[in-house]
Amino acid sequence: MTYTKRFDGRAFDEMRKIEAKVGVVPNADGSAFFSFGDTKAIAAVYGPRTLHPQHLKNPQKGVLRCYYDMISFSVTERKKPGPSRRSSEISFVTSQALSEVVQLNNFPNSVIDVFITIIQADASTRCAGINAASMALAHAGIPMTGLVSAVSVGNIGGNITVDMIKEEEDYEEDGEKYATDTPMAFLPDGRISLLQLDGKTSPEMLKKAIEAGRKACVKITDIQKKTLKSLEAEK
Amino acid sequence: MEVTELTKRRIIEYLNEGKRFDERGLRDFRKITVETGISKNAEGSARVIIGKTEVLAGVKMAMGEPYTDSPDSGTMMVSVELSPIASQKFELGPPKIESIELARIVDRGIRESGFIDFSKLCVKKGEAVWTIFIDIYPINHDGNLIDASALAAIAALKTAVFPEYDKETNKVKYGEFSTKKLPLADENMPLTTTFYKIGNKIVLDPIVEEEETAEARLSIAVSKPKKKEVMINAIQKGGYTPLTDAELDEILDYVPKIWDEINDALNKSLEASEKHKKKK
Amino acid sequence: MEKDIESETEYVETKRKEIAVPGDIIASGTNFLPGEGTKREGNDVIATRFGLVYEEGRLIRIIPLSGVYIPRRGNIVIGEVVDILFNGWQIDIKSPYMSFLPISECRGFINKRDDLSSYFDFGDMIVAKIIGVKSRGIDLTMRDRGLRKLQGGITIYVNPNKVPRIIGKKGSMINIIKDNTGCDITVGQNGIIWIRGDTVNHELLAKEAINLIVGRSFVDGLTEKVEEFLSKNNKGLKIIKREERFEEKEEKFEEREERAER
Repeated sequence: MTYTKRFDGRAFDEMRKIEAKVGVVPNADGSAFFSFGDTKAIAAVYGPRTLHPQHLKNPQKGVLRCYYDMISFSVTERKKPGPSRRSSEISFVTSQALSEVVQLNNFPNSVIDVFITIIQADASTRCAGINAASMALAHAGIPMTGLVSAVSVGNIGGNITVDMIKEEEDYEEDGEKYATDTPMAFLPDGRISLLQLDGKTSPEMLKKAIEAGRKACVKITDIQKKTLKSLEAEK
Repeated sequence: MEVTELTKRRIIEYLNEGKRFDERGLRDFRKITVETGISKNAEGSARVIIGKTEVLAGVKMAMGEPYTDSPDSGTMMVSVELSPIASQKFELGPPKIESIELARIVDRGIRESGFIDFSKLCVKKGEAVWTIFIDIYPINHDGNLIDASALAAIAALKTAVFPEYDKETNKVKYGEFSTKKLPLADENMPLTTTFYKIGNKIVLDPIVEEEETAEARLSIAVSKPKKKEVMINAIQKGGYTPLTDAELDEILDYVPKIWDEINDALNKSLEASEKHKKKK
Repeated sequence: MEKDIESETEYVETKRKEIAVPGDIIASGTNFLPGEGTKREGNDVIATRFGLVYEEGRLIRIIPLSGVYIPRRGNIVIGEVVDILFNGWQIDIKSPYMSFLPISECRGFINKRDDLSSYFDFGDMIVAKIIGVKSRGIDLTMRDRGLRKLQGGITIYVNPNKVPRIIGKKGSMINIIKDNTGCDITVGQNGIIWIRGDTVNHELLAKEAINLIVGRSFVDGLTEKVEEFLSKNNKGLKIIKREERFEEKEEKFEEREERAER
């Protein structure tokens, strides 16, 4: 195992440079931009609004729908426009990551639509999307018990690596893929609302990865809050 | 809720007095901003902002088979995704006619102008040619997506480069970029302006309220070969209301001005964004 | 003269001027009562909306900065007729819930056998009052004074959370705009604002003044800034003070019935 120094020189627990902005889509009820280094995501929230068709309505509480999409030129090999199985799955787990904090009881029979668009991809796109979506939901005035933050943590040959780039995700040694990718999302009280894993890791290493992720997400939540607050300060 | 009937009537009344809802002149464009290189995995990319309308365009290249009737020509495909992110009016699902028409308008403007030298995209006659994919994504719709999309496509093409290509294995090395630009004939660069008929006035660059009040539109792609006379490369009339001869004359009289206006805005903005990049 | 419909949600100056984000702890201890946009969590009160923290005695709540219009009973709203049913009209008030105006809630007598579109047609804009908010929808009335169909003018849409600022304390802000532009203006709690002036320029000036307020709602001395803006830009506009206007009579329903019969 020779991966002792990261390709871009970061410390193993260091995230890439984060940029966050709110209000990037004027037509939306709420919107935000979030990036981890070269991975850039925009989220736009429309709602609560009327839900059609009738059979999807829930008379007890509102519905949260998330759509994750990558634009064709966000990746090196063109992705054909339109939904894919991968994007459907990510949309699904994203809505599960976010729905706990949204107070849907306030909006029976209506829907809150969250559209996440990845403009540029360099790993961790679903996490960047969730971070943008949290800010966009707050910006849209949706009642929430807190913000959700997400980050990808890897295990590269025993090193817990926070916020990997694509090169690290694809890292191989002796023909074997070495990196384990674990995207995760945390609620303000520390509970985990997104957890997926790709690769090979032990339960102890997974626990370490989750700890590292939780620490990183505290920093992310801080950035999300500062970004929202700076919106009004500009006026 | 779309633009109300009340407001639409008023917009027409305003125009009859030579006034617009946002106080511009009838032929004035809003502020145009063009940035290129906004997505590093694309062979070429651009962002165009006109007022509050924002559109992203990207160029991706792939190796493919030529059409049987043009064995030594590269191919091009333009697509537009009217995502619900940009407006409450857009729904999820396969491309609707609005996005198909928009894509084809942008396509024809480029294809007919001779801007791209398709013969230089041939790698092996009859077998392997380059395909240029131009994918356009409106991010915020505040009117005039056609002109913003067409301009974004041109800006993305102008700055696009070929990806690295392994001749032996005939495989494209995605993610590795050469410094070789696309085979473009600058003098044939097409620029598009759409004229909108609102009441009995012809207006340029409508905001979304004006666009929803318009009864018809005429998109014109022009080029200025060898800096001489402006040539029309493509036209599309849209909308269910017919145009009168007088209206058509009024529009055609304005055509010579289009290319210079948009080209000026494009260059100014590219210069400004280059300076901005250097500062960083 | 049409009575001005004033807002019931007063503009309030908040002393704290602190912005809260969902999840922020805005108060600790059991002294505080969690009001709207907040929630008690153990010993703390946390914000559940993005907005300004407002303390009123022991009550602490959030004044939202954003969010779609949530209909409330008693609110005056402006809406568009989007459907005509046998017993009333379906009105879009730009809210997650559709609203309904029954014939029985219109002023004057309407014969059920009449073509209802002669009263309110598709696309017509009305000022109405919400009398009921239920899970199946919102109930409207047009019985009160000042509730009417809008004629002429333009409608613009603003963030509904800015409406109290646009109206001002007891209508102070909106009256400055009306007086300095000579426009009739009705502000719906749902963020839809109707402006009708003598000329295009009068209307555009009022629209710009409103946009100014929306863009700078937290700036100090906003009232003075708005007055300054209006006096700078209304040169050359003939402003007819609204008291001097010819009193507009609301079209009576009896007259409308006559028209319908013809």
